[in-house]
Amino acid sequence: MDNANDANNAPEQDDPIKGVGCARKRKEDARFIQGKGNYVDDIKMPGMLFADMVRSPYAHARIKSINKEKALALPGVHAVLTADDLKPLNLHWMPTLAGDVQAVLADEKVHFQYQEVAVVVADNRYIAADAIELVEVEYEELPVLVDAHKAMDDDAPILREDLVGKMDGAHSKRVHDNHIFNWQAGDKDATDRVFEQAEVTVKQDMYYPRVHPSPLETCGCVASFDKVNEHLTVYITSQAPHVVRTVVSMLSGIPESKVRIVSPDIGGGFGNKVGVYPGYVVSIVASIVLGVPVKWVENRMEHLSTTAFARDYHMTGEIAADSDGRIKALRVNVLADHGAFDACADPSKFPAGLMHICTGSYDVPVAHLNVDGVYTNKAPGGVAYRCSFRVTEAVYVIERTMDVLAQKLGIDKAEIRRRNFIKAEQFPYQTALGWEIDSGDYHTALEKVLEACDYEGLRREQQEKREKGELMGIGLVTFTEIVGAGPTRNCDILGVGMFDSAEIRVHPTGSVIARMGTITQGQGHQTTYAQIIASELGIPSDEISIEEGDTDTAPYGLGTYGSRSTPVGGAATAVAARKIRAKAQKIAAHLLEVSEQDLEWDVDRFKVKGVPGQEKTMKEIAWAAYNDRPEGMEPGLEAVDYYDPPNFTYPFGTYLCVVDIDKYTGVTKVRRFYALDDCGTRINPMIIEGQIHGGLNEGFAVAMGQELPFDEQGNILGNTLMDYFIPTFVETPKWETDYTVTPSPHHPIGAKGVAESPHVGSIPTFTSAIVDAFSHLGTTHLDMPHNAFRLWQHIRELGLDKRTG
Amino acid sequence: MAKHHISFNLNGKPVEALVEPRELLVHTIRENIQLTGTHIGCETSHCGVCTVDLNGKSVKSCTVLAVQADGGDVLTVEGLATAEGLHAVQQAFVEEHGLQCGFCTPAMLVRAYRFLQDNPDPSEDEIRWGMSGNLCRCTGYQNIIKAVQSAAKKLQQA
Repeated sequence: MDNANDANNAPEQDDPIKGVGCARKRKEDARFIQGKGNYVDDIKMPGMLFADMVRSPYAHARIKSINKEKALALPGVHAVLTADDLKPLNLHWMPTLAGDVQAVLADEKVHFQYQEVAVVVADNRYIAADAIELVEVEYEELPVLVDAHKAMDDDAPILREDLVGKMDGAHSKRVHDNHIFNWQAGDKDATDRVFEQAEVTVKQDMYYPRVHPSPLETCGCVASFDKVNEHLTVYITSQAPHVVRTVVSMLSGIPESKVRIVSPDIGGGFGNKVGVYPGYVVSIVASIVLGVPVKWVENRMEHLSTTAFARDYHMTGEIAADSDGRIKALRVNVLADHGAFDACADPSKFPAGLMHICTGSYDVPVAHLNVDGVYTNKAPGGVAYRCSFRVTEAVYVIERTMDVLAQKLGIDKAEIRRRNFIKAEQFPYQTALGWEIDSGDYHTALEKVLEACDYEGLRREQQEKREKGELMGIGLVTFTEIVGAGPTRNCDILGVGMFDSAEIRVHPTGSVIARMGTITQGQGHQTTYAQIIASELGIPSDEISIEEGDTDTAPYGLGTYGSRSTPVGGAATAVAARKIRAKAQKIAAHLLEVSEQDLEWDVDRFKVKGVPGQEKTMKEIAWAAYNDRPEGMEPGLEAVDYYDPPNFTYPFGTYLCVVDIDKYTGVTKVRRFYALDDCGTRINPMIIEGQIHGGLNEGFAVAMGQELPFDEQGNILGNTLMDYFIPTFVETPKWETDYTVTPSPHHPIGAKGVAESPHVGSIPTFTSAIVDAFSHLGTTHLDMPHNAFRLWQHIRELGLDKRTG
Repeated sequence: MAKHHISFNLNGKPVEALVEPRELLVHTIRENIQLTGTHIGCETSHCGVCTVDLNGKSVKSCTVLAVQADGGDVLTVEGLATAEGLHAVQQAFVEEHGLQCGFCTPAMLVRAYRFLQDNPDPSEDEIRWGMSGNLCRCTGYQNIIKAVQSAAKKLQQA
């Protein structure tokens, strides 16, 4: 079912102000379809130079010497910088968002392949590329650690010599030099007791491979230091420009008022563009040293090899249940491979992100989560890729383990979910791992999907196919997300609370400029924020301009990731608009010579109750705000709101997938993918559907083909688009979308955020479908990626590809 | 490095450039002629965000040398609209929400333009194969397919 044209989703011509709920066409599109976008590599400044990186061919090695002479002798080369050049500025290491430090340029040692060793600055990218070949680096190879399971062995090579003996980690005591943290949630003793006495227990190991978001635009920046005014401007592909400004100021010592960060148009982010990368820091240093603007833009191989990867979680899920399949306890254990530096972009207090949402949509009486993070000789990162801070991993482990439980008990996977759902009347619901899920209606969503897809009919068809020896699988997932980080009482990044902000100004003639602390990367903020304001103020959204991304003009905000723009920035927008409407009401009362209480709001105007014709439109009020106000009121009509959300929001959904697997080739055909999402109040159904399509496709990519493996020497395999799977038009399945609406009770307009749900929810759905195709043969789990080769190997193991007759 | 003097038609207008023999066409267009609608995403011909039209064929300008365009006809996204307004493929992408971050969009449009010249009435399957040299991370392709179908209808009516 394609709901884009449903009666509930007003086409834009039916809504004169184009407010909330309207499928408004996007305001961003005009520039993009005409080649007038302004991405970071499009920015050119007078005298601008180009930076390129010398990178390590080894995963673990000591740097014995670096010889720059030949590179410096090449005409057009202006500088070659190494860690030794950054040391006097104390910029050779930088703090990460996770309480660790990271080498900006390798200091005596390299810790992963492609690590930044030196930067060359030249007239253009061709000369820079020539020059990096001329920088001579002598290495002494060291033993390499790639297997996270061996990281804390007694004889494991020690990676971080800078941390030896420092056993007080950022999040916990460290028990080994390669240990980063231990983090736990829930009640271990109570959980263990339930497991000891349970009628039924299941346990499943699973690996969530290292993958990479790989937006089509790689990361880059243009740094420009104005020596005369001691002012630094950096154009940067950043999902969090304000946080970058704070970090840059802290690192460089330049007052924050003299640092301007601009996120121009961003060619996709997906969590990859949250952190601060060495390339940004060295470009800034080079611009300060050389006194001219410096541009740095990665190529695809650098991007896949060094910037924020995702996942790399080795997980074990265990459920204790009664013989009817009712969950009595959940136990989850994780070994987290964070690479060589802990650079996860998580809220500071949560080193495993929001992994403790892993009790899912279910009424779990008691639970325990244990996570150990370790260093390996791989690139840093870990929290990225439409993941809502590790909710991808959390949903994967609970949904997979639920299927395993269902299989063990011989209960259908829809039925076992029905039996365990948190019921609609139980909300707000306190989870065993500490969250308060504000709202939900899981049964309705599940039944709607089962009916739409004729689940019983699919099961009958599967039975017939199995009798003929064909492989058909049905995947089912009922996920709960946690997004909108978050309440400042428990969410901060580098000590800055994770509020967000909006500033709205109504001009005398009634049009509006509004700025937010978030930053769009394709989500369509210019379109949807205007719709929120339109509905609150009765001003047509076409007369409302939205600006984001320039720290000199926008209010401070934490940025766009973790599906937080609508839950936090959208809330700030609605609240700021309501402040304006409250002032407008006072002005209207003054103009109509009545008391405020005598007025009622109607779409775009205040009316005197019971007196037809006595009314003032928002436009009339805006004009009056600048010249005819109640006595003592300050002129103007604008408001700012910094919104600290009282809770997260909890979008949910039911996804169903049907696959047919060719038993001779292992090739999977996704016959059907049906996604029902509940993101609360729907601001723009067209954009929601687009976000869901995209998230599903990225989920398909992860489940069916993506991985960044390493060989024993720590060489990264699959770091080009020749090897790294990005689905084309041909592989991509057809998506079917559906929805229910359960508004968030605490969000000003009831919205919950949506863009990450389809990624979080679809990945275990694909695995569920693939495993289901083999479940009658005893298969309980298969690790991703479910590519044809790996499935063919499984088919061979099961002996299914023998031709008969 | 000795430079070559090249000239070609870009979006219907003659242009000239002095280029190193190794210079890629995409860099000439973006850096030299300063039309930045054509993007760079992978440098290995896989992502397709650098797609332009060269002598009536879609090419990936990150793996075409500028000297190969000498004397040729090049069309980029900046050349799609005319004095009469936007091209049908441009309008259809807006109408069908066929773009999000916009980074793949210019090349996607240039490819759709050429594809519909070659196959004015394509099936969905033909669109999927015909457009498969251009990657998109945001849209899941479904709305792009709708946009190409809708543009095909409009172009046939015109």
